[in-house]
Amino acid sequence: MEHNFEPVIQVNDLTVSYHEKPVLWDVDLAVPPAVLMAIVGPNGAGKTTLLKAMMGLIPATAGEVSLFGKPRKEAMRRIGYVPQRTAVDWDFPTTSLDVVLMGSYGRLGWIKRPGKSEKIAAMSALEKVGMTDFAHRQISQLSGGQQQRVFLARALLQDSDVYMMDEPFQGVDATTERAIIALLKELREAGKTVVCVHHDLQTVPEYFDWVTLLNVRRIASGPVSSTFVPENLKKTFGGRISFLKENEEGVA
Amino acid sequence: MNAHLEILSIAVVVAIACALPGTFLVLRKRALISDAISHAVLPGIVLGFFMTGNINSPLLMLGAVAAGLFTAWLTELLAKTRLVKEDAAIGLVFPVLFSIGVLLVSRHAGNIHLDTDAVLLGELAFAPFDRMMIQGTDLGPRSLWSMSAILLLNSVVILLLYKELKLSTFDSGLAQAQGFKPHRLHYALMTLVSLTVVGAFDSVGSILVVALMVAPPAAAFLLTKRLAPMIFIGALIGAISAIIGYGVAVLGDVSIAGSMAGACGFSFLVVLLFAPQRGLVAQQVMRRTQTLHLGVRMLVVHLSHHGSGTNQMDENECRKDHLTQHIAWTASFANKVAESAIKQGFIMPHHQVLKLTPKGILVAQEAMTQ
Repeated sequence: MEHNFEPVIQVNDLTVSYHEKPVLWDVDLAVPPAVLMAIVGPNGAGKTTLLKAMMGLIPATAGEVSLFGKPRKEAMRRIGYVPQRTAVDWDFPTTSLDVVLMGSYGRLGWIKRPGKSEKIAAMSALEKVGMTDFAHRQISQLSGGQQQRVFLARALLQDSDVYMMDEPFQGVDATTERAIIALLKELREAGKTVVCVHHDLQTVPEYFDWVTLLNVRRIASGPVSSTFVPENLKKTFGGRISFLKENEEGVA
Repeated sequence: MNAHLEILSIAVVVAIACALPGTFLVLRKRALISDAISHAVLPGIVLGFFMTGNINSPLLMLGAVAAGLFTAWLTELLAKTRLVKEDAAIGLVFPVLFSIGVLLVSRHAGNIHLDTDAVLLGELAFAPFDRMMIQGTDLGPRSLWSMSAILLLNSVVILLLYKELKLSTFDSGLAQAQGFKPHRLHYALMTLVSLTVVGAFDSVGSILVVALMVAPPAAAFLLTKRLAPMIFIGALIGAISAIIGYGVAVLGDVSIAGSMAGACGFSFLVVLLFAPQRGLVAQQVMRRTQTLHLGVRMLVVHLSHHGSGTNQMDENECRKDHLTQHIAWTASFANKVAESAIKQGFIMPHHQVLKLTPKGILVAQEAMTQ
């Protein structure tokens, strides 16, 4: 693949299959530093699978992933992960602060417990997402948007260089959506790379500057301005896309 | 120590030892695996017995733990095929293993302590007869020693790996991404469960083990919002249930394990009903209060719409009987709402007409702008 930047994430020939059926087919990707990248595609396109396979959370059938020019395994600590909000049980007996503190566990390693400095960091992360008042609230009492903000605060505590987020905008209120996007932009300013699985095509040009169009295969990947174009979208979504027409001038 | 006290100590130690890993099983929605393991360890014990010929050999323990892990692994393997769901996988695996154990016992071990009744219910009453003797010195019942060792192990492992177990239980994806091995932690937990089950099995039987692993943590879950207190409260409820159960067994001259398991169920029921916030009674009371609160606000809003308390009052709309006719409230609920509104000073009864007070008008405005 040709590109004129040093990629932060480099994916080569990544294939993932469940029982002989490929869900990701020979995906190549190169993500530059300090971008917000959306992974977009229809249902069942393998967006979450791509995200998880890039982190090694699910085994790849073939292919390799490197981060900062090193094999993924050596750079795992530099990745922050924000799973889908619905992936966890919010009735778990714990508080917002405690969930945020979980972001520090990786750095602490085995056995060692979070101490005062981690707690201070966690509180300031909660403040960044406007959740200070909810620090000691039991997590089952949070709204969906508040839960998502707690997850983001936790990601901040991971203090990573690359963030992988699975549908961070899924089912959140407008306030939270603004808070998330402000935070993502702040991360980008700080030189971090953020990869989001994203389902809302309308907001892609507004929120992101890099995009990967995926439908089992990688259809296209690159800057939003040159990649998020009707031709590629048609290839990705087939005939199932209705908003294309009205947006054609806007995007192209 | 007399026999009563010895039995009671064993029961309390078993209860606490069970509650520790039980808490994580309940939170992982794997409560049933304790049932599976407690049955499936039987063939492991029997095979260990055949190999050593000694019921007290540590090899039995090893065989049982291996059988327990085998159950967890087989269940996972079966569920991974996606041809059966996880609960069905558990239900498929353990009866097979248990029945192998039962067959082995009935075919070969008919004359020894290993009989199916003892397996299901245990014989806590006999526990004091099996003494721990070192160089002729009596150190107390053997099962008190073995269960205390298991309790110690459970405590140490959970204390050391508290953070890791918590994270992998709540969010195994993040645990994996941060380099903790949730899969290995799962098997570490399964090892603790198997060890505890095997240790407890001899004295209290497999039914009580399941009761002690599931009921106290499930009750504790309703009483607290934090993990560490949940573990402590679970252990406490387990211990109290064991004591109550033993008392009942002695007074009623019934099976100890049976009455302890019953006490666990009873403790859970009490908590389910009367837990301060999440209990059924508390929730019912809260729902009633909310309904009444809403009713009062509906009433003041309705009255204000029809000019109650002002000069343009539509008296027909502001009559008490109108509430039952047009708003379709029952007479008793309408009365309750009106009484509550009067008590709070929002309305004043005037013959059959309800008049809003100035305070009531304010409340109505607030309710509408919310």
